[in-house]
Amino acid sequence: MSTTSVPVFSSSHAGTGRVTQLGVLRSEWTKLWSLRSTRWSLLVAVIAMAGLGILISVAQMSHWSQMSARERARFNPVDVSLGGWNLAQLAIGVLGVLVISGEYSTGSIRSTFAAVPRRLPVLWGKAAVFAVVTFALMLPSAFVSFFASQAILTDHHVQTSLTAPHVARAVIGAALFLTAVGLFSLALGALVRNTAGGIAAFAGLMFVLPGLDALLPASWGNAINPYLPLSAGSAIMAIRPDSSSLSPWAGFAVFCGYTVVLGALAAYLLIRRDT
Amino acid sequence: MIDVRRITKRYGKKVAVDDVTFSVSPGLVTGFVGPNGAGKSTLMRHILGLDAPNSGSVSVNGRAYRDHRAPLHEVGAMLEARAIHPGRSAVGHLLAMAHTHGIPRVRVDEVVDAVGLHEVAHKRVGTFSLGMFQRLGIAAALLGDPATLVLDEPSNGLDPEGILWIRTLLKGLAAEGRTVFVSSHHMSEMAITADHLIVIGRGHVIADTSVEAFVREASSNVVRVRTPDASRLMEALAADGVTVSIDGGLDVLQVAGLSAEQVGQTALANQVLLYELTPEQASLEDAFMRMTRDAVEFQGGATGAEHAEAGAHS
Repeated sequence: MSTTSVPVFSSSHAGTGRVTQLGVLRSEWTKLWSLRSTRWSLLVAVIAMAGLGILISVAQMSHWSQMSARERARFNPVDVSLGGWNLAQLAIGVLGVLVISGEYSTGSIRSTFAAVPRRLPVLWGKAAVFAVVTFALMLPSAFVSFFASQAILTDHHVQTSLTAPHVARAVIGAALFLTAVGLFSLALGALVRNTAGGIAAFAGLMFVLPGLDALLPASWGNAINPYLPLSAGSAIMAIRPDSSSLSPWAGFAVFCGYTVVLGALAAYLLIRRDT
Repeated sequence: MIDVRRITKRYGKKVAVDDVTFSVSPGLVTGFVGPNGAGKSTLMRHILGLDAPNSGSVSVNGRAYRDHRAPLHEVGAMLEARAIHPGRSAVGHLLAMAHTHGIPRVRVDEVVDAVGLHEVAHKRVGTFSLGMFQRLGIAAALLGDPATLVLDEPSNGLDPEGILWIRTLLKGLAAEGRTVFVSSHHMSEMAITADHLIVIGRGHVIADTSVEAFVREASSNVVRVRTPDASRLMEALAADGVTVSIDGGLDVLQVAGLSAEQVGQTALANQVLLYELTPEQASLEDAFMRMTRDAVEFQGGATGAEHAEAGAHS
């Protein structure tokens, strides 16, 4: 801290490179991993997705003998093994908001936009990096939980296999859904530009909205419910056909549609708003 | 080269910047001075394309900031030194910026060393002092070896050694032919560092002048006159280049542009009784305060009773 001499500031090392989308991707990659909070959130998501299903399986097997015939009939080895998504979606949803709202709360968004004045490459860069990281972590986590849980479920011979109908789609679907949740919350963060507000919007749309059904006439509620973000998106993990929800891929497509709409709105405002 | 053309920016009904035009030339340190809230930071955000004006335009090195393909090589900026994620290290922050333009790691290390942050380069910046944030902000501004620098209050929070360091640095950058645009609310610091001054108050450019001319003007003698017949003396003194203002009580005048001898002679010729006639040396800080206060009064729509002006006020 005792530099009073003036060093040479002109440098041949600075280069003359332009802003490229690839450069912005590297930048966002560096930003994501250079924060301790990011690494913790991702670790929580991995532990939840990979570990919770195993815990539930162990618990179910230990009191299998006390379960009623009806409970045993309703037992779903895939749901049990993928149960961790409920918690993982919280970690990923919060992190998705933080990836962008953190830049606004600290003011570093100004350095970011000064380096990339077109701004949109930043949004695409954040989305791409976060989606790839989420999918790359959640897919193995889902498989670990699935295989370990099935091994535990052999205790009472209620396991299933990856080759059984719909199972592979459900396991991969868990990773796809969590990735889409990450993008959904990132878009909300970009729209709201505030951490608390972004998380509130995420929780409101995902978890509070379904509860508001009760305010509507039953027939309306039943008609709307399958299209709410959480029930639409999570349909991709369903094994047994359920007349009250959308088909797996249709539901997932609806959820992705919401994400695209939010992302487009965020992109539109990103260019127009002052920072 | 920075070219600000007729920028107006409103926030709701409040006009933050009102039809401001100026340009900043290469090879000089240009000081951007004004009291807090005068619109300095707002204008700097406009230069960097972060905020859009209601009307007018800004160009940097010949084009709008947003149209530059490699902005970090054109303009290096430090707006708010503390506006960095506290959980990131200095190197992490600089590296994230560098990647956008494909600037290599070796350049990051170079600027970290240049600002004297080598030993704390990998510490979380949340632990940094304001002075260290300023140095990191300057490192970020220098990263792309830009032709133009825009720095908001770079000497804020620095110790005397740091202030000297900044001063030497800014002069060195200008000597290399760069455009250096630096804001400050410390007039005396700018008078030492800058070659040219743009003074802003309440969103208006009040002065756009060389430091030399500003200092000459500011240090011109002011004469304090106490008289029971203030209004008659004011009339008698009215002439081109003479400023008379009422200071403190109704019987005290501040006369700029005339020597004590000239004021005394005019008083005698007009048979005005004087109780006191004192030559005073106005400091730069005084001149700056007077100038910006005038702008405030002008904005506030004050009447001439409080502030009588005789002749042109440049």
